[in-house]
Amino acid sequence: MKNTFVKAVAVVALGSALVTSCKPKSSGDAVSGDAAQKAYVAPGKYDEFYNFVSGGFSGQLSVYGLPSGRLFRVIPVFSVDPEKGWGYSEETKPMLNTSHGFVPWDDLHHTEMSQTNGEIDGRWVFGNANNTPRIARIDLKTFKTAEIIELPNSGGNHSSPFITENTEYVVAGTRFSVPGDYSNGDVPINTYKENFKGHISFVKVGKEGEMDLAFQIVTPGVNFDLSHAGKGKSHGWFFFSCYNTEQANTLLEVNASQKDKDFIMAVNWKKAEEYIKAGKGKKQSVKYAHNTWDEKTHTAKSEIKTEVLVLDSAELKDICYMIPCPKSPHGCDVDPSGEFIVGSGKLAALIPVFSFDKMQSAIAKKQFEGNYGGIPVIKYEAALHGEVKKPGLGPLHTEFDGKGNAYTTFFVSSEVVKWDIKSLKVLDRVPTYYSVGHLMIPGGDSKKPFGKYLVAYNKITKDRYLPTGPELAQSAQIFDISGDKMKLILDFPTIGEPHYAQAAPADLIRNNGQLKFYKIGENNHPYVTKGEKESKVVREGNKVHVYMTSIRSHFAPDNIEGIKVGDEVYFHVTNLEQDWDVPHGFAIKGADNGELLIMPGETTTLKWIPKKVGMYPMYCTDFCSALHQEMSGYVRVSPAGSNVPITYSVGTNLPATK
Amino acid sequence: MTTAKISLVSKVLLLIISALFVGSIFVPMWQIELNAPQYPEGLVLKLHANKIGGDVDIINGLNHYIGMATLHTENFIEFKILPYVFAGFGLISLLLIFIAKRKAVLVFFITYVLFVILAGIDFYRWNYEYGHNLDPNAAIRVPGMAYQPPLIGYKQLLNFGAYSIPDIGGWMLAAAGLFLFVIIFKEYELFKKKK
Repeated sequence: MKNTFVKAVAVVALGSALVTSCKPKSSGDAVSGDAAQKAYVAPGKYDEFYNFVSGGFSGQLSVYGLPSGRLFRVIPVFSVDPEKGWGYSEETKPMLNTSHGFVPWDDLHHTEMSQTNGEIDGRWVFGNANNTPRIARIDLKTFKTAEIIELPNSGGNHSSPFITENTEYVVAGTRFSVPGDYSNGDVPINTYKENFKGHISFVKVGKEGEMDLAFQIVTPGVNFDLSHAGKGKSHGWFFFSCYNTEQANTLLEVNASQKDKDFIMAVNWKKAEEYIKAGKGKKQSVKYAHNTWDEKTHTAKSEIKTEVLVLDSAELKDICYMIPCPKSPHGCDVDPSGEFIVGSGKLAALIPVFSFDKMQSAIAKKQFEGNYGGIPVIKYEAALHGEVKKPGLGPLHTEFDGKGNAYTTFFVSSEVVKWDIKSLKVLDRVPTYYSVGHLMIPGGDSKKPFGKYLVAYNKITKDRYLPTGPELAQSAQIFDISGDKMKLILDFPTIGEPHYAQAAPADLIRNNGQLKFYKIGENNHPYVTKGEKESKVVREGNKVHVYMTSIRSHFAPDNIEGIKVGDEVYFHVTNLEQDWDVPHGFAIKGADNGELLIMPGETTTLKWIPKKVGMYPMYCTDFCSALHQEMSGYVRVSPAGSNVPITYSVGTNLPATK
Repeated sequence: MTTAKISLVSKVLLLIISALFVGSIFVPMWQIELNAPQYPEGLVLKLHANKIGGDVDIINGLNHYIGMATLHTENFIEFKILPYVFAGFGLISLLLIFIAKRKAVLVFFITYVLFVILAGIDFYRWNYEYGHNLDPNAAIRVPGMAYQPPLIGYKQLLNFGAYSIPDIGGWMLAAAGLFLFVIIFKEYELFKKKK
């Protein structure tokens, strides 16, 4: 009896010891005592960094503060945004034009800030469209999308929009190889090997940021995944990871995971420039849209271009070189010195680190192990600096702190691992919640990282926040990396799905000449109304142009009669305010598109086709003043064929006196 | 002192005074700072010798809520006259160096003091006019409320705090007056008499 009791106690004790010792630490334990203090930005105080985070499938760009994780703004880029009239106002519609016509949605995966001498300069941030291949440029003086260029011969622009160290080029690589637009695309899918080609694009960036598709390089059909430019000693080179070198066209999950090694493709773009000068490029007939925003007319223009210069990687032997890289490489990251190139095989259990110097010497000594579709393949060991052994499972992306350390995310083992670039020794590891994708250190892919914070952008959220049904917020986590050990200080939910991000010191953006409002004197919109006295309503057949002004707290005109069912009415609303933070909005009942948000000094147009006879209120949607609720008006809609004349007024249309 | 001729020091001071008068034409004389919860950065009216500057358009935009008339440089004859007045004062100061008589300086000083008093009354009158002459149809009507900014100093006007103080030109004019006073003090030997 006694014996049994002792045994039972022993079993219970042993069992509970096992349970407590084997249960993984809960996420709560990962936060140290002073975390809140480190992430706390007091009310009215500013964050240290602006964080420009890709919106993923939202198609937009979100702007957060670090270390607070506060969301400041969502900039519409590739997806329509009825709230801001993006893609709904007549002026913004051309921004979303493509060779396929108006495309209202896309998938923005990566952001990259402009650089000068390899350092972030705070002028622009670029974003890629993953679905209908495009690159956008967002102006950081206005936080507005200023330009979008489409990429021909491409399917899925994923390895983009990475830039060279003086923003000479922003690149794009096709994720899905497809037959070029200049060849016949109407071929059986299983003719991938013969007919499908990869194209990587080099888009020249001008002094004012203007983008121009300078040239493309055609490669064998593979999936280009990510890329980064060389810097310092490797400036002049670009590195693209690629998978599906098996050239599978179905069940890629299996068929593109057969080979032990795929490639990182090194591109000598300075050499490509020489070949272009020597006339080696072929002009190919294609169709792509180039959309630009004009800040003076407050209007976008879309131009369809029809030609692109293409260089053949197989024919011109010394532009491209393949470096074998284990297991379907994803991230392709270059350290601040430009010497080390980190490839991350997403199914690998090690991280290969390549040396630029060794790669150069291997090319000089022709240490090749054959070719891939005509592109020389450098021997793995000849270009290898070394491998990080047992870092974790499923490495994806690497960023740098400028102190000789690299930080790599592991999707499968859900952690960030810190390692020494030179010695390749693992120094620290922290769990993420859960399954981290990209990570970001401010300036972490430039020559000058600000190694204070690291943000992990996670793919799975599960129990991190209060549940919101089947669809959950995405999650980002901030780590303090100023010490030897990474410390989790905050996690915060994000919009869309965050992929890559960039961050810059707050002062660099704040003091870049931020625009507070548009000068009304410089407004060259064709339908601008520069004062209430100029406001009017003009009928041209069934088109009616309303030249309208808004100022606290009324529209002019605010009484309009003589509109008929089926008329195309264009409200050209000019915000006459000339002060910071006094936008006005405009909405009218039954409008089958969005609203307008009009910044001070700006003119924006809403098209409205009334379908029923009646009285239509219109009002200001952006709480502008104490009398915002009074900022409204009426439009009278008469039947088609009615002879009610056009009349309009503000303040004078009073009841008839008896 | 046997002669009424003024000293070299006084002449140098007169030269400085002349420069101060002329200089004051090119910089704002007076400022009225306005602060409200919605305007953490503040709004400011800058009164120059020849114009109203600063955030006058923004302030005019706000005035209509309380029915205050909008401010326009061309509605004030003062901005046409004042530059000539200050230029004239500058010229007189220069001439006084050559006249070099202490009595002439005294007459000029008294004239200037009278001018300052007159200008103060005029400024008060305009403040009163704008603060009280309100549109009866204004959106915000507070019974008994006037919006007259203070002649000098601080006053709360609804959600705005108004702070009326001299600007650089005002300080230059004040310095000119002070220097004139110093000359008189010195030339009439007021220091010595006290002893």
